[in-house]
Amino acid sequence: MESKYILEMKNIKKDYFGNKVLKGINLKVEKGEIYALLGENGAGKSTLMNILFGMPVIHSTGGFEGEVCINGEKVNINSPQKAMELGIGMVHQEFMLIPGFNITENIKLNRETLKSNIFSKVLGESLKTLDTKDMEKDARVALDKLDMNIDEWARVAGLPVGYMQFIEIAREIDKLNVRVLVFDEPTAVLTESEADNLLDAMKKITDSGISIIFITHRLDEVMKVSNNITILRDGEMAATLKKEETNVMQLAELMVGRKIEGLTQKEESKEISSNQEIVLKTKNLRVGMPGEEVKGIDLEIYKGEIFGFGGLAGQGKIGIANGIMGLYPAIGEVYIENKLLKLESPIDALKNKLAFVSEDRRGVGLLLDESIDLNIAMTAMQVNDKFIYKFGFFTHKDSKGIRKHANEMIEKFDIRCTGPHQLTRRLSGGNQQKVCLARAITLEPNVLLVSEPTRGIDIGAKKLVLDVLKKLNAEFGMTIIITSSELGELRSICDRIAIITEGKLEGILRPGDSDVDFGLMMSGDYKKATRKEAN
Amino acid sequence: MKGKVQALIKPIGIPRLIIVAFLGLLYVAAFFCKLPVNDLLNGHLVRVGMNGILVLAMVPAILSGIGPNFGIPVGIVCGLIGGLISIELDCYGANAFIVAALISIPLATVAGYLYGVLLNKVKGSEMMVGTYVGFSVVSLMCIAWLILPFTSMEIKWPIGRGLRTTISLAKRFDKILNAPFAIHIGKITIPTMLFVFFFAMCFVVWLFLNSKAGIAMKAVGQNSKFAIASGMNVDQNRMVSTILSTVLGAIGILVYAQSYGFFQLYTAPLMMAFAAVAAILIGGASSTNATIFHVILGTFLFQGLLVVALPVANVIVPKGNLSEVMRVVVQYGIILYALTKAGGGK
Amino acid sequence: MKDKIGKIIFDNIVTIIFVVLCLLGVVASKLPIFFITHQLLLRIARNSFLVLSLIIPVLAGMGLNFGIVVGAMAGQIALVFVTHMALQGYTLFTGVPGFFISVIICTPISILFGWITGLILNKTKGQEMITSMMLGFFANGLYQLLFLFLVGTLIPMKDPVLMISGGIGIKNVVDLNHSVRYAVDNIVKKPLPVLLFIIGILGLLLSIWLIYKLSKDQVYKKKIGNKPYTYVGISGLLIALGIYLNVSGSIFATIQVPISTYIVIVVLCIFNVLIVKTKLGQDFRTVGQNRHIAQVAGINVDKVRIISIIVSTVLAGWGQLIFLQNLGILNTYGSHEQAGMFAVAALLIGGASVSRATIGQGILGVALFHTLFIVSPQAGKNLFGNAQIGEYFRTFVAYGVIGVSLGLHAWKSLIVEKRKRSIG
Repeated sequence: MESKYILEMKNIKKDYFGNKVLKGINLKVEKGEIYALLGENGAGKSTLMNILFGMPVIHSTGGFEGEVCINGEKVNINSPQKAMELGIGMVHQEFMLIPGFNITENIKLNRETLKSNIFSKVLGESLKTLDTKDMEKDARVALDKLDMNIDEWARVAGLPVGYMQFIEIAREIDKLNVRVLVFDEPTAVLTESEADNLLDAMKKITDSGISIIFITHRLDEVMKVSNNITILRDGEMAATLKKEETNVMQLAELMVGRKIEGLTQKEESKEISSNQEIVLKTKNLRVGMPGEEVKGIDLEIYKGEIFGFGGLAGQGKIGIANGIMGLYPAIGEVYIENKLLKLESPIDALKNKLAFVSEDRRGVGLLLDESIDLNIAMTAMQVNDKFIYKFGFFTHKDSKGIRKHANEMIEKFDIRCTGPHQLTRRLSGGNQQKVCLARAITLEPNVLLVSEPTRGIDIGAKKLVLDVLKKLNAEFGMTIIITSSELGELRSICDRIAIITEGKLEGILRPGDSDVDFGLMMSGDYKKATRKEAN
Repeated sequence: MKGKVQALIKPIGIPRLIIVAFLGLLYVAAFFCKLPVNDLLNGHLVRVGMNGILVLAMVPAILSGIGPNFGIPVGIVCGLIGGLISIELDCYGANAFIVAALISIPLATVAGYLYGVLLNKVKGSEMMVGTYVGFSVVSLMCIAWLILPFTSMEIKWPIGRGLRTTISLAKRFDKILNAPFAIHIGKITIPTMLFVFFFAMCFVVWLFLNSKAGIAMKAVGQNSKFAIASGMNVDQNRMVSTILSTVLGAIGILVYAQSYGFFQLYTAPLMMAFAAVAAILIGGASSTNATIFHVILGTFLFQGLLVVALPVANVIVPKGNLSEVMRVVVQYGIILYALTKAGGGK
Repeated sequence: MKDKIGKIIFDNIVTIIFVVLCLLGVVASKLPIFFITHQLLLRIARNSFLVLSLIIPVLAGMGLNFGIVVGAMAGQIALVFVTHMALQGYTLFTGVPGFFISVIICTPISILFGWITGLILNKTKGQEMITSMMLGFFANGLYQLLFLFLVGTLIPMKDPVLMISGGIGIKNVVDLNHSVRYAVDNIVKKPLPVLLFIIGILGLLLSIWLIYKLSKDQVYKKKIGNKPYTYVGISGLLIALGIYLNVSGSIFATIQVPISTYIVIVVLCIFNVLIVKTKLGQDFRTVGQNRHIAQVAGINVDKVRIISIIVSTVLAGWGQLIFLQNLGILNTYGSHEQAGMFAVAALLIGGASVSRATIGQGILGVALFHTLFIVSPQAGKNLFGNAQIGEYFRTFVAYGVIGVSLGLHAWKSLIVEKRKRSIG
């Protein structure tokens, strides 16, 4: 019996250690259609796809509830191999291509056509000879399907990014049984014309009967190619719509929505007038942070405000603070109180009274095998010569001073620990974050940059961290720049929020502005949409 | 009670306890084999003092993230040059030792700087590159020993060209640290000055590790991203640690030589790095963490195994040189073990 | 064009430096070319196999396998056994059959050793080279333990010729005259021109086959280019040289060359070429290029790495057998020690790197490295009045070239890493 749907996912639920990430998702993908899956970061898209692929991360954390049907038949996908056997393919966002190999070898990676020889008959499969001719023929067929007239034996290294994406796709459609292909943000790395080519190719693939699940945040692309659209929000189905029944505005609003997490939207944001003192200014700032590239940002941040950077992951919002702090290669200009900042020099940034709490808490923010007290004191010691006895040329650390300061901080931030000597590795995420904050504040900065301050910490700690930030702002007039993936959080404490898409500033909003505006800006459709309206 | 025992055991670690027990067992065995235990103990103490500084040289390198300094022959060679020059200048006694140190320290600083520049360019492969830098320097110096224009008859071969393979220090600074103020307790001699010197060097390194620069160095080694974000200069800190390690290597070989009574040229320094690395690892250090305590304990255990195992093994297996073979197995076994522990196994 | 030449020079700078060094050494040593050629042909036959055993781990991204020392030990264990049996009067254990028996004994031992090496190297990914080196030193300790103390005690063995007088332990030197000396070399030994003919004809056959394939396949032509015609030229030259030597009655025509050993080496070369064209070879390459992608594509990375090390260790064991049957004496506690390092140095001198090594580089490297070995003592003596300088110089060269190329490799990969982070 042929089912109408090639793939059905019914009432899928999944939790990670009690934390519900999917709360009953239903997907029905028809044969030969493009099915779009929309959602913010953390909405549950990747978990859903991990379930579809039988990734070990799902099964090592207790599996999932609900059922998956292929062609109307219930299947148990317990490993990526099984998923492949069932004809589910994935076009990876980061390329799984080997640059030193040629296109054919990449397309046929670990699926080489083999022919036997004398040795293989004795010594087994793995000594079979590669059938290069046959492999090239297959590769040619797959490339032709995508209208790629590139030599199948050309080396991948040095090809344009757009080509690599197509090779990746060619590999998937070369798999004979492939029925469902997942495209995970395929256009993220492409230029506009390359993206258009890709969309055409996707349509062509579906013409041959393969279904595509299209994960993206670009709403206009969704409108262009997809048949059905499902929007996930916080692990729930926000809506499933037919393309004909919706528009970009509605999708944007559905995507952002309002989150309920005990955080309320900031009631009154400070009035900002253009004659206020500017504390930090960027001019065409570009930052080479891999995966979070910043491609030219002009901004002015006023003294005493809480300023937010929002946007989807990979769009570059994280790169801005890292670039200002000199942690990644950067070009452009950054002024601190009208003084030009030396880029790519963390020490200069720190000396100019900037302080930074990194988004990579364990990687950048902490010395995991050192005590809490040394962690808190470290940067101030190195930058401002605090906590140091000086004897002419020689220096020695002031253990007492360090301990005393740490005790104060532990009390102030309510860091739950056995004492200032405890290694930071043994602290919970929230307490680690508090140590990071304490370290930054020990520098007595004028401007505090905080990236993802509440990522991966529990609600209580979350509230405390945000309250501290508010307090620092209110009591000491400290300018605070928060970068966060959680829009709700930004809207609860910021005075202004800049949304970054594709490395550029999409716009600056007030916390009270409408969901539609936020949604459109996040997906990068704001400018396009407003342009249309103006016409 | 149990808690107390655990608190005592924890910093030492079970493997260490086993080695301590084994060492104790060796001493007991030596006693029953009717070996002169007091001589063994004397030898043991001297070897700790004489090798300790070479082992200490590993600490800055490990802490700054370079890993065990397999290139320590760079420093050793500098120490040898300093020592030879002091003989060439016809210095005697303490004078000779001080002159040797004063000459070799700037030499080692320069060599360490160059070595540090190189290590900064090969981050991630320091161990392998360091090993071969060490080998290359030693073999290059072999040529140098043949052609360097030393004139002192103590240094040169009496006929032909080039320097002797072993140069006696009997007239110069042989036992200059071992002998003075030695305390005799019964048949046991404690080389006071040697230990004072060794512990003084340990103290200096400890002081450095607790200075602003030393703390920065440790931060660089533990998490270079953190260090960069806190405004520290990673390359510069690694450089300081390499120089320090190389200088300690130079001083280390002088202390070694005064106790041994000879300078050994040519290929003698070739494998010295591995013994020093093995010692600190036995003491409980890893390729990313080391303390002064690891140095002292490690040197004590490793040298103890060598000194006591040799005669005991010879009593049990009179033929051949079993203890030398055991040294090879233990020395490289422990390094291999540390490498597999350091991982990168994903 | 100028850029192209510049690039070629830059890419092959190590090899070029050594060619120059060798030429200078040859001139300075004032040794007769005849002597050098003779020695060199001998040493190429002796050492090539060992060097070629390094290629597959490089392919699999595991760097230079200093652990071939372990394989060499396996070979020596086999040789001691075979020699012992030969001394007991079993003539089967001498000559060619003796050599085959040692191969048969050596193989399972080196498979076991290679498997253990592979397991350890899988625990230290990224630090394979230092690990394999330390493993070599460590294994050396165990090897000494075996031959110095276990033989004659735990392992019953009585052999007054091989063993130290007390009955425990094997002597420092084992004379292979009793067993397999020249076993392979002496199967076919012909004058130099014959070798040149054989290589020339093989080269011609290869190029004819390639040209035939080219004529059928245009795509292939683009990939291969004009290489076959170059091969024809070189082969022709070799044959011409052979004819010339024969006709002119040159003294070089009298050099006896162990053709059979060369054939074994050629077979190994062919094996190395063929294995790359198999599924296993493709897996080696994939894992070598990118472990992560290989894993995602479903390749069992750890297994492939272990296989590559096993292959290398087995080949090294055989290589050591070939080396020793030619040398004629086994230095029980020394023959293997430098095997790894000298092989690695030779390969690198030939222009290989930590991540890329070919057969041609291996053979060229052996030729250059051993030319240096032959000439440097004499050159040292003539230039500095001290042969020792030359000897130390060649050790320095071996260490230095390894150090430099390891350093260069680490440096280059650091730069690549940095470039990835620059602003696009």
